Amino acid sequence: MASGFVIRKNQYYDSVYLMSVNRRIAEVKGVQQTAVLMGGPANKQLLSDIGIQDTQIDTAQPNDLIVAVIAETSRMVDDVLGRLDEWLEAIEVPALKSKVNTLKDGLAQKPDANLAAISIPGEYAAKEARKALEANLNTFVFSDNVSIEDELELKRFANQHGLIVMGPDCGTSLIGGVGLGFTNVVRKGSIGVIGGAGTGLQEFTCQVHNAGFGISHAIGTGSHDLSDKIGGLTTFAALNALESDTKTKVIAIIAKIPAPGALEHLLDKIETCKKPVVGCFLGIDTTRLSVRSNLQFATTIDDAVRLSIEAVNGNVVVPGKDLSAEDLALIVDEQTSWSPDQKYLRGILAGGTFCYQSQQILQEAGINIYSNNPLDNKYKLAQPDLSIENTIVDMGDDFYTVGKPHPMIDSTMRRQRILVESRDPKVAILFLDFILGYNASMDPVGDLVDVIQEAKLIYKQHAGALTIVASVCGTDGDPQDLNMQIKMLRETGVLVYRSNALASKVCCKLLGKEKRF
Amino acid sequence: METKIDKLLSQPIIVLNVGLNKFAKSLEEQGVDVTQIDWAPPAGGDQEMIDLLDDLL
Repeated sequence: MASGFVIRKNQYYDSVYLMSVNRRIAEVKGVQQTAVLMGGPANKQLLSDIGIQDTQIDTAQPNDLIVAVIAETSRMVDDVLGRLDEWLEAIEVPALKSKVNTLKDGLAQKPDANLAAISIPGEYAAKEARKALEANLNTFVFSDNVSIEDELELKRFANQHGLIVMGPDCGTSLIGGVGLGFTNVVRKGSIGVIGGAGTGLQEFTCQVHNAGFGISHAIGTGSHDLSDKIGGLTTFAALNALESDTKTKVIAIIAKIPAPGALEHLLDKIETCKKPVVGCFLGIDTTRLSVRSNLQFATTIDDAVRLSIEAVNGNVVVPGKDLSAEDLALIVDEQTSWSPDQKYLRGILAGGTFCYQSQQILQEAGINIYSNNPLDNKYKLAQPDLSIENTIVDMGDDFYTVGKPHPMIDSTMRRQRILVESRDPKVAILFLDFILGYNASMDPVGDLVDVIQEAKLIYKQHAGALTIVASVCGTDGDPQDLNMQIKMLRETGVLVYRSNALASKVCCKLLGKEKRF
Repeated sequence: METKIDKLLSQPIIVLNVGLNKFAKSLEEQGVDVTQIDWAPPAGGDQEMIDLLDDLL
């Protein structure tokens, strides 16, 4: 085996662009491993981990491009690295042309801009967001790994100046029908939604659309907004704005485990809101919260959708989603195909909110779930890479995404993890999510279908069968072909559901009927 | 009084996109007025130099 690398000084590319280049090089015959990345500390460590070390790499800076290749022969390595310009130019989507390098120059060109969208490495994001706010721009901060102190400072500044900071770590917002970050194509309507949970907002807006209704605005707050330290500054700003917005008739709030103090303040605020509010606080036992006027609690995103539609639809009761007789029959068929050793669930999810919601549903059914982001710290995985019994992993967690695109864009980490799980003979159910929409992979099912088939084959060879349960979050208007994605899954023998809550209930049924528990 | 957030929700959005080019492309596909800013780490990403510049500016 041979290896080599090239460093290009002061040649900066974003992580999604680099992923596309990496993917192309990895497809070259004879190439075993590639790393196309910028010279930041975390990336240099990644190179070291695969055995690529050199003093030139040690001194590389965060805006120096490093391309490393491990291949069967040194000739192959030289050939790949010698064609670097070709690889860099051959990206899938042609980049939007720009001659602007700073926010200041951007503002000079577009003085009437009203929003800055920031998606740069976390260590630089707060500074750019601050510049945007000082220039009177509302901000959408996709970047994660921003300190809580910086977040508080940004949000306080925004609060004092009538601006909003959506984020940091904000995956999704939909402002007047325009999607920022990971969003789906949904019709406009009168349901407003606020969420600290990116995939939660996607699931909510897709389901509203799929039920024939529409969204006024979906405002992402960032995942830390309802912590005690931030106190819900963006959630409050969004609630005030949606209360004033003439198009919005009902406001839904979706959040993952709000801090008790921030939640109580929010509930107080909701009581005085002039519009009906639906609250879906995942991971919280809502029966312990005080009853508030003007607020309906939803335990799942599906419930929040149903209650919101009822609020704008003249209280016409919308039936809840449940499992059909056909679903139940399929579940029994799957169970009977397992070998005696197979008994555990492994969820390898791209959506952080889905990870929470699934844990909540399974735990309510009496099934303990280990996770890298557990509802209860008692079930925290000591090592995120090592599953224990029933485990659901949030593959979008910082642990997996430093210096890399989110798993909704780049399936590499999920592919690896699925194959690792499939080597455990005790696994009976592989639980997945597929999220469509702008900025997600153009073929999320196609990215995983070969490893799903491989995993199924492994169990077949051991006189068992692997049950694969998946939810698909998307709409008929999304850039990916929704029906084709679902068809591909079904043809691979996957049990497919149109909501994460419903897919989670299927997992409960699959595990619950098993007498060994 | 109408805040800048209220205006954001009621008027067409005009975006300065700092970072991922893919995001600017998706906004353009949606018919949004977007300006791509090709950001790179300041001072070559040299943290000491960045701190020094921050002190000076």
